[in-house]
Amino acid sequence: MQEMMLAKAKELLQSGAVQRVLGWQTGEFVYDITPAVFTSAEEMDEKFVYSDFCGNNLSKYLIKESRKEGKILVFLKPCDTYSFNQLIKEHRIVRENVYVVGVPCEGKTDGETLKAKGIKGILGIKAEGDNFVVETLYGEKTIAKADALPERCLNCKSKKHMVYDELLGEEGEVLDSHRFDMVEKLENMTPDERFEFWRGELSRCIRCNACRNVCPACSCEKCVFDNDNSGIAQKAAADSFEEKMFHIIRAFHVAGRCTDCGECSRVCPQNIPLHLLNRKFIKDINTFYGDFQAGEDTESRAPLTNYTKGDVEPSIVYHKGGKN
Amino acid sequence: MMQETLIPKIGVVTDIRIDTPDIKTFRVVGLDGKKVFDHMPGQCAMLSIPGVGEAMFSITSSPTNTEYMEFSIKKCGCLTSWLHAMDVGQQITIRGPYGRHFPVEDELKGKDLLFVAGGVGLAPLRSVINYVRAKRENYGKIMIVYGSRSKDDLLDYHEILDEWMKDEGVDVELTIDRPQEGWDGHVGFVPNYVKELNPSKDYTVIMCGPPIMIKFTLAGLKELGFEETQVYTTMELRMKCGIGKCGRCNIGSKYVCKDGPVFRFDQLDALPNEY
Amino acid sequence: MFKLPVEKLSALFAAVAGKEALYIPADDASGQARYQRWHEGMEMTHALNTVRSAKDFFFPQTENLVDFKVKGKEIEIIDPRTEHEDFVIFGVRACDARSFTVLDKVFLADPVDSYYKSRREHGTIVTLACTHPEETCFCSVFGIDPAQPEGDARCWMDEKNLYIEAVTEKGEAFVASVKDQLAEGGEEEVAAQQKATRAVVEKLPLHKLSLEGFGGENMLKLFNSDKWAGLSQSCLGCGTCTFVCPTCQCYDIRDFNTGDGVVRFRCWDSCMYSDFTKMSAGNPRLTQLERFRQRFMHKLVYFPANNNGEYGCVGCGRCLAKCPISMNIVKVAKTLAEEVR
Repeated sequence: MQEMMLAKAKELLQSGAVQRVLGWQTGEFVYDITPAVFTSAEEMDEKFVYSDFCGNNLSKYLIKESRKEGKILVFLKPCDTYSFNQLIKEHRIVRENVYVVGVPCEGKTDGETLKAKGIKGILGIKAEGDNFVVETLYGEKTIAKADALPERCLNCKSKKHMVYDELLGEEGEVLDSHRFDMVEKLENMTPDERFEFWRGELSRCIRCNACRNVCPACSCEKCVFDNDNSGIAQKAAADSFEEKMFHIIRAFHVAGRCTDCGECSRVCPQNIPLHLLNRKFIKDINTFYGDFQAGEDTESRAPLTNYTKGDVEPSIVYHKGGKN
Repeated sequence: MMQETLIPKIGVVTDIRIDTPDIKTFRVVGLDGKKVFDHMPGQCAMLSIPGVGEAMFSITSSPTNTEYMEFSIKKCGCLTSWLHAMDVGQQITIRGPYGRHFPVEDELKGKDLLFVAGGVGLAPLRSVINYVRAKRENYGKIMIVYGSRSKDDLLDYHEILDEWMKDEGVDVELTIDRPQEGWDGHVGFVPNYVKELNPSKDYTVIMCGPPIMIKFTLAGLKELGFEETQVYTTMELRMKCGIGKCGRCNIGSKYVCKDGPVFRFDQLDALPNEY
Repeated sequence: MFKLPVEKLSALFAAVAGKEALYIPADDASGQARYQRWHEGMEMTHALNTVRSAKDFFFPQTENLVDFKVKGKEIEIIDPRTEHEDFVIFGVRACDARSFTVLDKVFLADPVDSYYKSRREHGTIVTLACTHPEETCFCSVFGIDPAQPEGDARCWMDEKNLYIEAVTEKGEAFVASVKDQLAEGGEEEVAAQQKATRAVVEKLPLHKLSLEGFGGENMLKLFNSDKWAGLSQSCLGCGTCTFVCPTCQCYDIRDFNTGDGVVRFRCWDSCMYSDFTKMSAGNPRLTQLERFRQRFMHKLVYFPANNNGEYGCVGCGRCLAKCPISMNIVKVAKTLAEEVR
């Protein structure tokens, strides 16, 4: 697949159909991949990579890149295409300046996860059926995908690309994932248990803002948390209540626009399962306003920016979230 | 407990003078009626209103004024707007003095001094000018070139007219940007005026003003044969601690709060152009 | 040199915790290591290092500086400082131990930061040598020996024993306070472990990273390099690197209105944030390129220029592990090396 992508990108660069390519580049080791913009075939030959470590969602970089001169080619995995569509809907990306190439994905892992499972000295990785075979300084190690993949990949919602100008590999399908299972589990806890769960998770938050900065739905030019006039500008939480408010406020701000790409949890240095908060919102929106998946297309109106006569009345919402 | 500079003292505002439509000069003393601390010309202090903000301001009064300190502050943000709206008698917090001062007792002694200022940039230079006037015998000729947008934007106007212009050996040249009714003085931008005046290369220059004025005045001075080693300025960047620890006011390896705010242009040349 | 069988480690912790607060690196709910206050039953982590560095103990994420009570035009200033209680941090690695030297150069320089100083005076640092450095480690590039960490007292551990020796006066006092649990000896085993660890360090891929040309002499050349655009391209400006870094020390000072007065506190800030240098007159660092460049210029050029060549990095490798887009100081140093060779 890497060769096919490299060939396609070089072909379009050399023909002048695109001036830049947004992809991934190699790092010091095999697992530290950095998103990068390539401007020449030589650069791509030297540094381009597509491996099982390419977890980054590239769509957010297009906000800046699609406004530059010329056209840019971008490689999008199925989950990335939802974010892309959502950003088109929000007029953040200039569609004409982007050439989307859909690429398949079997799930992406990362160095930290493998190391935590005891696999050190990583030199290379290959997917084989239900396993990853990892080449290391200490010999070949095999690990089940179920143990190496992050939760967002294990509960992948779609191998089908929602948008592309060209597709490499086979067309995939939308999957019946179990992504709301953990949310249901949390819903079935008592309020005290649930509070304890979140208190424990969010107490590790260091307010690094990686989740906000990587999120494609968080594209405000001036975030409310950086704006001294908003009343909630904070660098660090003055107390534990404030520390939870950042995540709850952010979840509200992206509600209805979050495509569930899972980047927030991937980048969190403290391994907080932030995507569960967003999934709860998605589940509630599905319940109250009918099934809705942000980013499926660029036409449909989002439930929270739309009103129909069938919408649920406020009193019902209050009753469900209230004292019991 | 040991001394901690981040914990401020209390100052009381005993006088507020309206200088221009957006600049006011505040007179501050301590709760005992005396100056809160001593300083040298060019140094600054952190003033704050709890809950509103804290910022660094240059002390515009000369240290030779033993009764009070003065700050000329332009209204341009949250804290300054609050300060502009306050009444006499308001208490504020104050800590300092911070920064390296102008070398009035070293390199500048015995020299002819040319002060070039624009707009509110006169505020830090006023402390040097009044210090030098108070110790007149230690310095040579004094020339002051000061310009502003209009006549109403000239800071310390009355002091300039009533005191500076009346001093012997002090040459004051004022200018405003565009012709204005009621003004029969020079009209023109400061950099051009300086070139017009063609000051002798013997002057040591001390400049402060908007970046564009500094840029063109320095270029003009160099054309007249001045070296960067004889031109001083005072810089300004966002500051929080004032003591070179919080890391934000650096120009290259130098902190404006601690290694500055006074810099010579040859020193600035050795640093990255990020200010 | 003293030693203690590993089975007796909990008893040692209990003895120490009986007298003062003891913190050890232990696994948290997410499976990563974090310094936690020891209580009965807590085990030390097997991970190489914690996610958050030990700087938290001396330079916490938020800290009250001063309290105010405002009534009309009057202000009352309340000094909130109290004498810090004594505490011990056990299990600090060589990289983090060196980071304290870097932080000391900032906070203990005149005028001394009394908040930091008080914590520093009351903290005893007991370090633990590494046995299995990972490929992301490069402390050796900065002259740090993971087999001989600094600190008040230092330890080594193998399957059988914990070995400990005092380094400073505070360390002597610490060792003396638990003398009854320790036996003499262990020099040979420690020497053997050190030899083995040093052999591993020689083979680490980043061991040969060269910093020639950095450190202050080529300031303008490095600053004006055209390589920064490519390096900073994917930087999210999130600040994760700053927060997990043991030597980053930039802070912000803010006021918080509690409803009953105003608390002025300081909190960690990051030069990566967009408003770090913003003022009403403008912002000298308008784009992420300038901010990205500032962080690395500070660590590799400005700090050594002001501190006799000592770098503002200790090679702990946390930024390599935690950056969401895998950019780090090693990549920056390697890319810019061409400018100064």
